Amino acid sequence: MNELPLTALLASVLATAAPLIIATLGETITEKAGVINLSLDGSLLLSAMIAFMVGFETGSFTLGFAAGAVTGAAIALLVGFFGIYLGQLQVAVGFALTLMCKDLAYFLGNPYSRLQGPQLISWKIPGLSEIPFFGPILFQQPLPVYMGLLLIPAVWWYFYRTSRGLELRAVGENPEACYTRGIDPRRKQILYIVIGGALVGLAGAAFSLGIKPGWGRPQGIEGLGWIALAIVIFGGWHPIRVALGAFLFAFLQVMGIVLQGIWTGIPAQVFQMAPFPLMILALVLINLLQYKGVQRWLEDKPGLALLVDKLRGAPPRALGKTFHPD
Amino acid sequence: MQVELQQIHKRFGKNHALKGVDLKVEAGTIHGLVGENGAGKSTLMKILTGYLSRTQGRILLDGREMAEADPATAAKSGIGMLYQEPQDFPPLTVLENFMVGRDAEPDSDRDRQRQRLNDLAGGLHFQLDPALKLEKLTVGERQQLELLRLLGRGVQVLILDEPTTGISDRQKERLFGALHQIRDQGRTILLVSHKLEDVVALCDRVTVLRHGMVTGEAQAPFQVPRLLEMMFDKPPETDTRSEAAARGEPLLSFDQVSADGERTGLSECNLTIHRREVVGLAGLSGSGQGLFLRLAAALDKPARGKIRTLGNDLGNMGHREFRQAGGCFLPADRLEEGLIPGFTVQDHFALAHNCGMATAKVLAAEAISQFRIRGHPHTTAESLSGGNQQRLLLSLMPPDASLALLENPTRGLDMESARLVWEHLRRQFASRGAIVFSSAELDEILNIADRVLVFFDGRIVRDLPIGELDYQDVAAAMTGK
Amino acid sequence: MNREFPMGRLGRHLTDTFLILIIVTVFTSLLLLLVGASPTEAFTHLISGSFGSWSKVARVLNVWVPLTLCSVGLVYAFRSGLWNIGVEGQMVLGAIGSAGVLRMGVESGHPLLLLSLALLAGALLGAAWALFAGWLKIRGGVHEIFAGLGLNFVAIGLVLWLIFGPWKRPGIASMSGTEPFPRDLWFPTLEGWRVSPFALALVILLILATAWILNRSRFGLNLKAVGHNPRAVVLFGLSSQRYMLIAILISGALAGLAGGLQVSGVYHRLIPAISSGYGYLGLLVVMLAGFRLAPIPFIALFFAALNVGSIQLPMMMQLDSSLSGVIQGACVLSALLVFGFRHLRRRGAAD
Repeated sequence: MNELPLTALLASVLATAAPLIIATLGETITEKAGVINLSLDGSLLLSAMIAFMVGFETGSFTLGFAAGAVTGAAIALLVGFFGIYLGQLQVAVGFALTLMCKDLAYFLGNPYSRLQGPQLISWKIPGLSEIPFFGPILFQQPLPVYMGLLLIPAVWWYFYRTSRGLELRAVGENPEACYTRGIDPRRKQILYIVIGGALVGLAGAAFSLGIKPGWGRPQGIEGLGWIALAIVIFGGWHPIRVALGAFLFAFLQVMGIVLQGIWTGIPAQVFQMAPFPLMILALVLINLLQYKGVQRWLEDKPGLALLVDKLRGAPPRALGKTFHPD
Repeated sequence: MQVELQQIHKRFGKNHALKGVDLKVEAGTIHGLVGENGAGKSTLMKILTGYLSRTQGRILLDGREMAEADPATAAKSGIGMLYQEPQDFPPLTVLENFMVGRDAEPDSDRDRQRQRLNDLAGGLHFQLDPALKLEKLTVGERQQLELLRLLGRGVQVLILDEPTTGISDRQKERLFGALHQIRDQGRTILLVSHKLEDVVALCDRVTVLRHGMVTGEAQAPFQVPRLLEMMFDKPPETDTRSEAAARGEPLLSFDQVSADGERTGLSECNLTIHRREVVGLAGLSGSGQGLFLRLAAALDKPARGKIRTLGNDLGNMGHREFRQAGGCFLPADRLEEGLIPGFTVQDHFALAHNCGMATAKVLAAEAISQFRIRGHPHTTAESLSGGNQQRLLLSLMPPDASLALLENPTRGLDMESARLVWEHLRRQFASRGAIVFSSAELDEILNIADRVLVFFDGRIVRDLPIGELDYQDVAAAMTGK
Repeated sequence: MNREFPMGRLGRHLTDTFLILIIVTVFTSLLLLLVGASPTEAFTHLISGSFGSWSKVARVLNVWVPLTLCSVGLVYAFRSGLWNIGVEGQMVLGAIGSAGVLRMGVESGHPLLLLSLALLAGALLGAAWALFAGWLKIRGGVHEIFAGLGLNFVAIGLVLWLIFGPWKRPGIASMSGTEPFPRDLWFPTLEGWRVSPFALALVILLILATAWILNRSRFGLNLKAVGHNPRAVVLFGLSSQRYMLIAILISGALAGLAGGLQVSGVYHRLIPAISSGYGYLGLLVVMLAGFRLAPIPFIALFFAALNVGSIQLPMMMQLDSSLSGVIQGACVLSALLVFGFRHLRRRGAAD
């Protein structure tokens, strides 16, 4: 640990976290509107591949990122259409798409394997990047890092400060009530699953064009989609806590690489699975807090009760359900 | 705004719920819509707000026809409804609940909206904290908020569906005051209720629905007996009861039992039911009788008090133990709770009697002929008609049960089938055990039961042997008079 | 429904199968044309690569065995209404269990006894892993998808730790797995057979037993009732939670058995990718089968053939072998599409 400068460590945590933040916030938007897009693992991979392919062929980052976003949005649209209009289980559609998109990415991406493609370089923000310590961490990063960081307050603002965002949350809580108030819940759900999917696609592009550049089988981001889904739950469907969860995971991952240098015998995958037992533990704890006994115990401990209240992120009540008008 | 409904029909599949309803409501009045459960009141109102589509009929607003609409367009024409099941968002704050909706121009300025909410609340003397989460509010407060929201949207026609269920007396007073104020502003109010007390106190005019048809209208001041006559079928003359046998030992006792659930909960319930009693639970749906039966069957746990069933303390018993002790429970929700969709008649018998398929098939065939179920042993539960599902449910009851708790046992059956079912039930259970049943039909209770408990607002307000009962009195007690 | 399909349910299933195959063939051909490959050539390679010779058929059957075991296990879980996405990890744990027993007894001299114990340990460990997921769901309130998934990753971590840690090869640990077991600890087969007829017989026996349990036994009926309406079964005196736990337990045991067979009969050692993704693929098989048992052996055979047939695509056509996964996914999606349109029509008819 001592050999690695702290700035480099923190900068790499930030870089690792960025695409994950974009993906988890995308899924947060989707789930907050009451739909589950379980296809994340496949979506990330396929959009990473398409983004790399387009970037490689055209040499344009803009087109690469756009292609990634469109891919993610298209997959999400499928989940939405099957789940909301065709009455199939959202979980089933998402799961089938996860596996299929992953294989589709390997299949279509085969010719682009191990090619040297375009790669985003760090973008030094003039002036700010000169600040000692913080400058190199915050202001000498590739573009997706800035995107991820800006997205956190943006999503929070949208959810909690705009009327559209209020409608989004309302649909996820009670689509029927929305219908009685003149909001078409199904249209909203399709809209937000597509937006969420587009963000997941952007995250995929951010990987293959910047953070984990290039394409191959394996690409190296396999499994991250599942982690992203878990982080959304861990973060209680709240954009800021979800982002914190992504940072935490990135930190664990970077620490894994650092620790690997110390315990050379243990493969990196062992460290990479650390978030999963943590996630399960967190979910059990959150559930435990909802027991009546625990609640009663907390009644005369206002400080603790407040903390628990903040930690307890209830899922949107209508998650996975939709409403069909007569 | 004047509202006129002409020849409204509504079919749900085979069920003809509304059979040509005409209704005219003048502007600036409070108009009551009364009737038993299932009379079609809510359905009619949901058609007016565009929540349900109509099979046939016309809606006129100030004489102009309103096309088929969804709630959004109905809202733009000035119609708003306070639904019986609160249509709001418990995890969101009061202010956010006030703001959600496309039925008016969205305004995301929180300060302005908070001001509007406070102004509206002040005008009707409601006190609501805009920053509080809705789930912390009582049902009555949630309703006040929804009322304010609708008023804020400028509704001209306000529909309230059972607004006084589950709210406190003080909140009810406030609500009635507010409604008079709203009426006096020239808006039209439609009040759906089965509580005559409320209707008498509030309405200028009343329309009575029964079985999807209008059976009468009346103008204030109302004569309650007249309204009751229009709401319920006439009290029957004949009595099918055999001579009541002597009571046996206690089978079910409630000691200071209170519980949460349904909408009203159950408060301080005390009573004992003995062997060879047939007890009818009267009350409008959701008055506590359903909860009473579920508590007795160990499907719900009381918050306070003690329940003894079949000689056992129910404290640590589950429904499984209740069954083993000789109890059985018949739920009202046939396909939700009683039967298993996708399972055939004979599958159900195998499940209920813990027997092989061959035996189950024989049992199923016997039951089909005995209970006149229209179906075969291999017919699935969901493809049976409602009445036949009910017969199947009845035929699945363990024949040796000594305490039968039945929720609406003859729901969906015609008169003759119901008579046969009761003959069977009496023969099967009444001699050896006790029957406790609820029914939406008051006549049935008066016809069948030896003892009647009347539920109102989560309390037992009458507990009388049939001989001391007066039809008018029960009907009035049910509606809180 | 029966009016439209004169042959009843079978007719409907055949129509569906036909429709699904058409959609998938068109989709796959377009995909192949997109990458500039000849669809006919690719399909020919897929078929000859899987059924072209006896040794290839044997390879297909070697995939069919674990895939069918996982899928059959999943049917139990789905019957009770649970999404046991954790089969993958349960298979891995089964492999670990079997490998552990075989390692302990390398010197024992009772190979057959040891093999039986190894498979039993595999099934037990798989069942325990599944029970853990079920317990997390019922007592911990963690949705079984996330509990199962989390445990999958933990299982993979566990395997890697074993291979690189306590069970590492003498000398250098590597991704190629643990030290192979001696020949007499291999799952028995017959001379000249590349697939063990005993394994095949075992799977067929388990399918038949499952068919009986699910469709003829009291337990199967109760389990189905729990899955269809967990609220109603309470009134029939059944505990829905207990049945869910038993169902996921059986599911895990079968997956664990599959893992044990992979270790003792196919790889003869523990390798990092011991599950080969058959757990996840099993979920697709069951979805395509419409959550019913009868089509599973055939769909599993089809999927196994795709997996094996696609192996020669990289060599012969410079295509990635993941085409098989794309076709498998496309099958499930088109099935959902067909079911979805039927659902829409039913809704339309009900109004």
